[in-house]
Amino acid sequence: MNTATHEIETIAFRRTRSTYGLVLLGFGLFIFLVFGLNTPAGVFTTFGTNLAGSQAITISDLVVPSQATIFAMAAIAAFFGAFQLARGIRSTGWLAGVIAITFIVSFLTWAAADKSFNLTGMLSSSLVRATPIALAALCGVISERSAVINIGIEGIMLLSAQVAVVTATVIGNSYLGLVCAILFGGLVAAFHAWLVIRFKVDQVVSGVAINIVGAGVTAFISSRFLAANINGLNNAAVFPTISIPLLSQIPILGPVLFENNIIVFLTILLVLALHILLFYTPWGLRTRAVGEHPKAADTLGVNVFFVRYVNVILGGMIAGLGGAYFTIGSVGRFDEMMTAGKGFIGLAAMIFGKWNPLGAYTSSMIFGFADSLQVKLQILRTPIPSEFLLMAPYLITMLVLTGVIGRAIPPAADGQPYEKQ
Amino acid sequence: MSDQAIQPVEVTPPGEDPKKGTRGKIWQALLVPALAVLTGLLIGAIAILAVGENPLEAYGALFAGSFGTPDRFIEGFQTYFASGDTSKLLRAIYPITESLVATTPYIFAALSVALGFRCGLFNIGAEGQVLMGALCSAYIGYSITGLPAFVHLPLAILAGAAGGAVWGMIPGYLKARFGAHEVVNTIMMNWIAFKLSDWLLKGPMQASGSRPVTPNVEATAELPRFFPDPLRLNWGFVLALAVAWLVYWFLFKTTLGFEIRSVGASPDAAKYAGMNVTRNFVLVMAIAGGLAGLAGTAQVLGVDHWVGQGFSSGYGFDSIALALLGKSHPFGVVLSALLFGFLRSGATRMQSMAGIPIDIISIIQGLIVIFIAAPAIIRWIYRIRAIPVSDEAMRTRGWGG
Repeated sequence: MNTATHEIETIAFRRTRSTYGLVLLGFGLFIFLVFGLNTPAGVFTTFGTNLAGSQAITISDLVVPSQATIFAMAAIAAFFGAFQLARGIRSTGWLAGVIAITFIVSFLTWAAADKSFNLTGMLSSSLVRATPIALAALCGVISERSAVINIGIEGIMLLSAQVAVVTATVIGNSYLGLVCAILFGGLVAAFHAWLVIRFKVDQVVSGVAINIVGAGVTAFISSRFLAANINGLNNAAVFPTISIPLLSQIPILGPVLFENNIIVFLTILLVLALHILLFYTPWGLRTRAVGEHPKAADTLGVNVFFVRYVNVILGGMIAGLGGAYFTIGSVGRFDEMMTAGKGFIGLAAMIFGKWNPLGAYTSSMIFGFADSLQVKLQILRTPIPSEFLLMAPYLITMLVLTGVIGRAIPPAADGQPYEKQ
Repeated sequence: MSDQAIQPVEVTPPGEDPKKGTRGKIWQALLVPALAVLTGLLIGAIAILAVGENPLEAYGALFAGSFGTPDRFIEGFQTYFASGDTSKLLRAIYPITESLVATTPYIFAALSVALGFRCGLFNIGAEGQVLMGALCSAYIGYSITGLPAFVHLPLAILAGAAGGAVWGMIPGYLKARFGAHEVVNTIMMNWIAFKLSDWLLKGPMQASGSRPVTPNVEATAELPRFFPDPLRLNWGFVLALAVAWLVYWFLFKTTLGFEIRSVGASPDAAKYAGMNVTRNFVLVMAIAGGLAGLAGTAQVLGVDHWVGQGFSSGYGFDSIALALLGKSHPFGVVLSALLFGFLRSGATRMQSMAGIPIDIISIIQGLIVIFIAAPAIIRWIYRIRAIPVSDEAMRTRGWGG
């Protein structure tokens, strides 16, 4: 029996090994043909490393020969492919990493051949653009770890965005607006929790309802009140950029990580905190138990309903923070439907990140990166239409869901109402 | 939050059901949705009151905007009988025809979601499917010239259905083959459709000029209209009713429809009965996508005659609300689509006459979804006895996997 399972495993492994190996080899060839041969020889690509207005110590820009770099990337991909075919690497994460890095580097080198491209600027804007996606994803992680699906994140963020800017404008203090947005996000999530726990409403349907109501209410208030009185209701101060002393002077890392507004910092702290809370504290153990096997948790004395209420409400507060980012965290005013699907992309990032805070943040970074890349590419005028690059994150998410790049398994009880016996 | 938070759902014992027979059943099935709509409208009235307007006046304008005003009708008939002049009469029925025009794509899109629900699938991607259907039918509509209408029009309609079907089938296949959840994949397909349309409308499919819109479709590909301009009611509405009947026939009168409903009721039981569950997933998502594609087709070929950016915005969520409201039954869906077609169309007039933003309809709509999904709330408010569990709203199944 044991040897049989072992054999099946080996066969499966051998098959994926050759598949991945061939994929990597093909990928190397792809880079060589598409990017390498389309880049003229003797041309250099300049990667800017300094950000205007930052406190970081100025260093010289990174200048690389375009064609040689691309050929090197193709060689790396091909080498890993050959290595994979011959020996096999068990970690699919590694392989995905090789594909991602070689592709991004060769793509950027090709797109910016004979031009200059500000690397630090793009990393910095990736992090900023990833923030609302990450907050939505964290909201999803925390509530789904207790087995409550919250698809209404988009609606919660939209509502909180409006609450944030209106309270911040009326009170005249953006920090109070932030607090109001967080509390309001918690309130809406509490309503969701009440519907799905008390009335056992289908969790996805309840979330959809929140999205519809959120879009309706914000648009209603926006066109009825905000449009008529922009200065009095819809014109708040944006959070200032905070530079952490010393750390912000590190080249590249400084402007990217240590010169941001409060919401970006809070997001990074939240990711770390949630990771520790979920995996190293009794609360996290209870949450995960409720999400995987609520009956067992109940038998051991965990109050399933209470844990779910707490987690969903906490998640809503995180989504509220994400909502505040859209208004007082970036532009200082509310526009209808300004969340533009970021809540849903957050859900994708959550699944992509396998319901882990750190994974969710990393995948949000990929979406943020793609988002900011699109803006930069419009400036560089590449022959590939930017719309196709913008599709990439969605295609990747679908690929992840098929289990090609590692399988994403949700908490076992996810989406099921719990009935106490 | 105590342990008593959930009370067991009351189920009326079978022998004690006071209302037996079909009439009782229909009454039972309509009671909760009707009360949900009523409650939604009441809360909407409170919202209107809260912003300092008169709800009666607002709803009056809503009614006039969706049905027209009696004095216009009287005037129209008088002129018609006096002189045979139909222009006043046409003006009187204009609001009703506009409401039916608004209803048409709702019927298609909501049928799409309802069919998915029947098979236990949540098609949240109607928006992308509507867009792909519209783009495909528009392409066939404007790029082919010189065909007679009886060939060109069906071709354009089929192209729209096919475009939507492909967009729906991909998530269906991914679910069947890999167990990837259709909610996420249909959302992803939505975004891919938006980006694709952005590119198409700015490049290959752009009409001459700077606006990102397609050229107008040829006259041979247009769905014929019933009345002279500006009345836009066309054969699309009739097509929608016919398709609704077809879906009803398919679901309830064919073996395949029975299989689909069995899979929706219990995939495991269907599997043990020897049904091919995964094939049904692909099939249902393809048909659902095709239905949503027809929504875009009907709008393009019957009303707009071209496609622009943001063409399908709002259909995704609206169709979910309508399918839920119609209890995923094709006839229920037609009724709910009519309700929202009239509401949406009348809301435009309410906005201009009473100053109530059109978005109030979205609020009412969302509330109705909540009440439909939680019949316990409606029963609790109106003190109705519980109906058997089988009539409860649909349930989704997590993220799959």
